[in-house]
Amino acid sequence: MSDWIEIGTIDDIPVLGARVVSTADGNIGVFRTVDDEIFALRDECPHQKGPLSQGIVHGKRVTCPLHNWNIELDGGAVVAPDEGCAASYPVKIEDGKIFLSLVATA
Amino acid sequence: MKEKLVLIGNGMAGMRAIEELLDIAPEMYDITVFGAEPYGNYNRILLSPVLAGEKTIDEIMLNDEQWYADNDVVLHKGKKVSSIDRRNRKVIAEDGTTEEYDRLLLATGSNPFIIPVPGHDLPGVISFRDIYDVDAMLESSKKHKHAVVIGGGLLGLEAANGLMLQGMHVTVVHLVDTLMERQMDAVSGGMLKKSLEERGLNFLMGASTEAIIGEDHVKGVRFKDGLEIAADLVVMAVGIRPNMELAESVGLHCERGVVVNDTMQTYDPKIYAIGECVQHRGETYGLVAPLFEQAKVCANHLAKMGIARYEGSVTSTKLKVTGIDLFSAGDFIGDDTTEEIVMQDAGRGIYKKIVLKDNKIQGAVMYGDTVDGAWYFQLMRDGTDTSDFRTALMLGQAHLGDSGHGGNTTAANMSDDMEVCGCNGVNKGTIVKAITAKGLFTLDDVRSHTKASNSCGSCTGLVEQILASTLGGDYSAAPHSKPMCKCTDHSHDDVRQAIKERHLISIRGVMDAMQWKSVDGCASCRPALNYYVIATWPAEAKDDAQSRFINERAHANIQKDGTYSVVPRMWGGLTTPKELRAIADVVDKFKVPEMKVTGGQRIDLFGIKKEDLPAVWADLNAAGMVSGHAYGKSLRTVKTCVGKTWCRFGTQDSTGVGVELERLSWGSWMPHKFKMAVSGCPRNCAEATIKDYGVVCVDSGYELHVGGNGGITVRVTDLLCKVETEKEVYEYSKAFMQLYREEAHYLERTAPWIERVGLSHIKQYVEEDAENRKALAVRFDESQKYAQIDPWAERASKGVAKHEFTSLKQIG
Repeated sequence: MSDWIEIGTIDDIPVLGARVVSTADGNIGVFRTVDDEIFALRDECPHQKGPLSQGIVHGKRVTCPLHNWNIELDGGAVVAPDEGCAASYPVKIEDGKIFLSLVATA
Repeated sequence: MKEKLVLIGNGMAGMRAIEELLDIAPEMYDITVFGAEPYGNYNRILLSPVLAGEKTIDEIMLNDEQWYADNDVVLHKGKKVSSIDRRNRKVIAEDGTTEEYDRLLLATGSNPFIIPVPGHDLPGVISFRDIYDVDAMLESSKKHKHAVVIGGGLLGLEAANGLMLQGMHVTVVHLVDTLMERQMDAVSGGMLKKSLEERGLNFLMGASTEAIIGEDHVKGVRFKDGLEIAADLVVMAVGIRPNMELAESVGLHCERGVVVNDTMQTYDPKIYAIGECVQHRGETYGLVAPLFEQAKVCANHLAKMGIARYEGSVTSTKLKVTGIDLFSAGDFIGDDTTEEIVMQDAGRGIYKKIVLKDNKIQGAVMYGDTVDGAWYFQLMRDGTDTSDFRTALMLGQAHLGDSGHGGNTTAANMSDDMEVCGCNGVNKGTIVKAITAKGLFTLDDVRSHTKASNSCGSCTGLVEQILASTLGGDYSAAPHSKPMCKCTDHSHDDVRQAIKERHLISIRGVMDAMQWKSVDGCASCRPALNYYVIATWPAEAKDDAQSRFINERAHANIQKDGTYSVVPRMWGGLTTPKELRAIADVVDKFKVPEMKVTGGQRIDLFGIKKEDLPAVWADLNAAGMVSGHAYGKSLRTVKTCVGKTWCRFGTQDSTGVGVELERLSWGSWMPHKFKMAVSGCPRNCAEATIKDYGVVCVDSGYELHVGGNGGITVRVTDLLCKVETEKEVYEYSKAFMQLYREEAHYLERTAPWIERVGLSHIKQYVEEDAENRKALAVRFDESQKYAQIDPWAERASKGVAKHEFTSLKQIG
């Protein structure tokens, strides 16, 4: 089951940027790509917990601000040769509104 | 339907091209590979360590059979191609296997040259070329005692060393008097011979082989002077010949190799060729670095991008004999138009020779101490005029021996457990293992797989040495003109030039005009492009926040726990009770956990939550303070000493000059951080001679120093010139900063920039040409009109970038 929570609109997030949704269990980074795709990842790099929401978004990836690890926005996998995976959360968009589910997919 | 690509030759060059192609155009072709050997693709240059018993065959596989399966590449192993039907575009193997092609890539490599003396075809006479040869040598070493290696070149010596380590009594026979005469001069060749003799090798120099003797197996070797020596194994290692038999038989134009143009195309436009089998601009190559360059160019054309050109390679050599350090590159012999600098210390077993022509390095040969090989090679390939630092040339770059790697400067003498990279805790063994196990060839490969040299870079020279000593001369050194990043083939200089000449004022504009390979760049090129457009077109270019590192976007320094640190500006290091009170109040109000006095004479507040930043700034602004830009690739601080107001030694108003320098330069974006200092007398209490721009006051005026650096590599400034008035100090500083802003590569400090372009260049623009100096200063002032806006005030009270400091939503 998934409870969809409305968290804002696409325009609240800069293109190639990110915003933070804060929850009782820590922050979730919500990212917007150049094609207006939205992805949500736990805001912690699998490496040393760097806040991914503060990184640079490019393609469908974000580069962690602490040590430049690259993370796939879709699914949270770390780009090789580094290894690991950030938890990712389902997102859907309806009429420009973003809905987030807190049930992590990975 | 996909087009069909067939590769003939399952070796390092051909497979490198396939890998490059899969990287840039994974869906374009159905790929089929023919290999005569019954294996996947292995790292041929690591055969010597296999022979020496230091590695196994499994450890040197580059693409095992699983790789072909995973990448949908069909491998016909152990099938030798016998013919090509060019009219019907078909490849036919000896066993009848036939494959059609739309494009064909020939990478048939080379054959060892066998001297056609009597007895050359006796059992026991082999070459040193593939796994089969290595197996034969290992087999023989178990049964026999005496080995003769004919050929004292790179390959011959590596074979001899390996056989000796397998317990054989080895004699190396060489036609001339100097070992490795294509890479060594007489002195270094002699030193090499001596140390190999000490290890137990025997040499016969100036010996011409007349016959190999024996009935049903080799028994010995006879020379022209009548001498005979016993041998149970004879290894012929006298050179290689491009393998162009197949190409010739199907009518492709061949001379010494298969002739190709700069796009690696043969005379048949459907057929490409790369590697040891080709002849390009009259040259053939036998080292891996050039082959990889060719593979990259060829892949670019196979992918129909059509922009890359291969223009030939300059190569360097290292010998893969554990514990022996030698390096050579270019023309190290010289002639009557060249000069040489020589350093020889027989006691320490060190020899270095640099050959120069018009102050440019033509070649170098080194023995014993090869730390600076990579540096000389770089200077040689770049054609750098060395006159500015010629006195120091022989002493080396000295970037090793700085902090961060325990004082180690020569990789060969390090044991596997010794730390190479002090930042990331990587030891030598880990690097060597990664190079061999993962098939790494470049510094970048090693960086991404091991993290060594990936942070501060002070151990880069050491890592390059480990690469070189593990792979021999065949590692690919950084290319002459390096692309900015993986998103483009253009160099920093190309991009900067295009931005200026084609009036490109946005990142998107640059990416479109220069055909960026990625949709929106990466975390490496976007910040660089953002800086370049802003620095070039300050009035027109719009800053792109999403292309800035978080520190410059949040105008504070991110710390490891995700909080930020804040440093307000203190002009020239001066402060007031009002400022200090405001800082103290901020610390109390926001419960700032730690404050620290920085090396740049100001105060750093640590542990501030991002959402509190605008409020912190509002309070600091209220007391008259602005951003210290301690987080930016920008002007940081101007450090000052007390100056003549108070100091009994002070000669000028150093504090006042420092304040004014900071006032005129604050807010300016730079390629990297930029620090200044002003000292009131030559005692230099402000440490001005390790700053990017340092002023040392003297009684008669001001010495202006540039290009200094503390940190990893301590570099003392170069003296730019001496001026008499404060006004000149300011004008020269503006001109110097602007030249740096206009010319340096993004993330290049002034020190490496000056070493790259030469001090004469800086002097010419900033000192000697008054008109140009003034023009630079005017451009600096113009740019400052748009830069000197306090980013803190904008965010604290004008609502700029509000989204940056608030969460999108709070749940629970």
